[in-house]
Amino acid sequence: MAERQLMTGNEAMAEAAIRAGLRAYFGYPITPQNEVLEYMAAHLPQAGGAFLQAESEVAAINMCYGAAAAGVRAMTSSSSPGVSLKMEGISYLAGADLPCVILNAARGGPGLGNIAPAQGDYFQATKGGGHGDYRLIVLAPSTGQEAAELAGLAFDLSDRYRVPALILADGMLGQMMEPVTLPPPRDPGTLPPKPWALTGAKGREPNLIASFALEPTVLREINVKRYARYREIEAREVRWEEVATEDAEVLLIAYGTMGRIAKTVVRRGRERGVKVGLLRPITLWPFPYAPIRTLAERVKAILTVELSAGQMWEDVRLAVEGRTATPFYGELGGVVPTPSDILQEVLRYA
Amino acid sequence: MERAVVCAGFGGQGVLLAGKILARAGMDAGLDVTWLPSYGPEMRGGTANCTVVLSDEPIGSPIGENPDVLLAMNGPSLDRFESRVAEGGAIVVNRSLIARDLTRKDVCGIFIAANDVARELGEPRVANMIALGAVVRALGILPLETVKKAMTVELGAKGRERLIALNQEALERGYAAAPPC
Amino acid sequence: MPEAETMVKVFARPTSLNEKHFTYCPGCDHGLITRLVAGAIDKLGVQERTVFIAPVGCAVFAYEWFRCDGIQASHGRAAAVATGLKRANPDLVVISYQGDGDLAAIGTAETIHAANRGEAITVIFVNNQIYGMTGGQMAPTTLPGQRATSCPEGRDVATMGHPLPVAEMIATLAAPAYVTRQSLHDPRHVAQAAKAIEKALRYQVEGKGYSLVEILATCPTGWRMPPAVAHQHVADVVTGAFPLGDLVDRG
Repeated sequence: MAERQLMTGNEAMAEAAIRAGLRAYFGYPITPQNEVLEYMAAHLPQAGGAFLQAESEVAAINMCYGAAAAGVRAMTSSSSPGVSLKMEGISYLAGADLPCVILNAARGGPGLGNIAPAQGDYFQATKGGGHGDYRLIVLAPSTGQEAAELAGLAFDLSDRYRVPALILADGMLGQMMEPVTLPPPRDPGTLPPKPWALTGAKGREPNLIASFALEPTVLREINVKRYARYREIEAREVRWEEVATEDAEVLLIAYGTMGRIAKTVVRRGRERGVKVGLLRPITLWPFPYAPIRTLAERVKAILTVELSAGQMWEDVRLAVEGRTATPFYGELGGVVPTPSDILQEVLRYA
Repeated sequence: MERAVVCAGFGGQGVLLAGKILARAGMDAGLDVTWLPSYGPEMRGGTANCTVVLSDEPIGSPIGENPDVLLAMNGPSLDRFESRVAEGGAIVVNRSLIARDLTRKDVCGIFIAANDVARELGEPRVANMIALGAVVRALGILPLETVKKAMTVELGAKGRERLIALNQEALERGYAAAPPC
Repeated sequence: MPEAETMVKVFARPTSLNEKHFTYCPGCDHGLITRLVAGAIDKLGVQERTVFIAPVGCAVFAYEWFRCDGIQASHGRAAAVATGLKRANPDLVVISYQGDGDLAAIGTAETIHAANRGEAITVIFVNNQIYGMTGGQMAPTTLPGQRATSCPEGRDVATMGHPLPVAEMIATLAAPAYVTRQSLHDPRHVAQAAKAIEKALRYQVEGKGYSLVEILATCPTGWRMPPAVAHQHVADVVTGAFPLGDLVDRG
């Protein structure tokens, strides 16, 4: 059995990315994700990958665009304000059908905000952020172990569908230490080939990578094809976890750091005889609309809990479509509610 | 079984390291653990704290809103966290820097002059290990030997033999000085 | 037919260019520069290793014309894209082809930092002192007093700044292997520019590092001048503001 190691979430994701065959990382310092940049600086070159501290987040995402086009597994990481700067490049990655992994160790916002954990970037991650009609695969780990696992999955999904993947973590997950059992390293040579990559037009027609098509019918065709892949992702890649939902009367919905805190709420609630359960989305896009809709048929209320003013809440209400009550409880500015705070709220609907 | 420990003090008093050692010892003892740092611009000279949760089940909240054990290395830390300690919990008070008594009557106070004992040992920097020894005793779920091994790992390359021996002695002194609550 | 046997082909389309037509305006120097780049690729025999980066600007379709792998960069970021390509696969020969708005306005940071790191790439900088594709607005290299649609009274250096001397700026850095400014206003200068582009590409192939070839180009449409007048304007005026020649050669 692989050894359990005590590491921060940021380190776990960085190491898991290297083990997943990452060969090009470009980043820029910003708290609370600096550990990723520093870990890559120390370890990626030894693993045979390219590490570069870029002159800006804008440059870093465009370096990823170049490296991804060259056919290697590429990644950048940042925190909220820096991810905003990457949004143009992310739109280009999406438009050029390039796989890439972007890690956001989100912090309080808007603007410079603060460096405390927050979930105010949900809209940006799942609804666009950059310009144009596109989607990102969005994965939301809630523990160091899951962060390591989803880092590897992000590369696999991104490669398989040629859609950029974003890991939406937060400062708490990034800086907290937990025991992590890391996946075994993978040899990039064993990964599926990328015949579209820019490797030099030797013995084949030139490959072109672009997100540009002046002719509307041509651009429409490209987008329609991409949307077919999005539909496939929605059909096959929805991931979520349910805790004590079988007989739940109040259903909590929370992701990431709030998802794990909600698990403690469920345990304490059950100890007090409150029939509370949890559905924790693991993929924020594609969002688990169907399982939420199913549970909405039989619970008294679905309480969405976020470190935001209510962003995922909109998707929950889209899933529920009025089948049950959909209250919301959130904290702003990087304040993290305690399990007691949330349990108080649950009791209002039990 | 789930226990939460808050280690708090000035930046530079080694409370984050003390917490890390505790977390590593918990992991080595087969428990699930979380180590959650909380420090802001006050990394130099201000207050720093971390929360360690140890559990025989997967840990949900890493926040530890009502810690079972509080290590207060300085006055501001005691002021800030005393009211949050769980009923029947324990507070390790660094008597070298905190003159006041506890206001709580429903918790066990363990008073230890960590800085003075460290000076007796000839190394002022091991005050955190003396306090950690007391925390381990109060916590009562981790063998001191496991904590000593975790300390050696955490000190890593910095852990020259003399320093490790000194830190082990510090852990033992703290452990021995703490009365079981 | 004895005459036919004595005929020698002295001018041909470079093999690294395909059959597609350029989309440039008549008389524009971009077409010529594209040919010179293709000629250098041919001469060095690196067509099968080359990745050509097209910018946002008049050359936005430039990757369409090469028989090489190609990629379209977002506005100003070509040097960063080039960095990513080259770091991911150092065997590639990476050419970044950019205009003055792309390279010297929105992409200044990427340009300077790629040069300062000595990225082993070749940058072709087409300086025509105007935003051509968007309809003739002022560029960072627009000359003092020169009219453009966004400075209809002419560039006033007091409020709009001076033309940015890109080659001189890059030449102050320690890393670049080759920095030069060339012009195309007569056949002699075209031949010199061809040599400069070839040298810049050769330095990359030889592992010598970063090169920048700034080329003073015309924009007859944006300047509202016939092509011949535009070339005379380069000879008489533009080369005065942007002196020609090699600034750095660490080959």
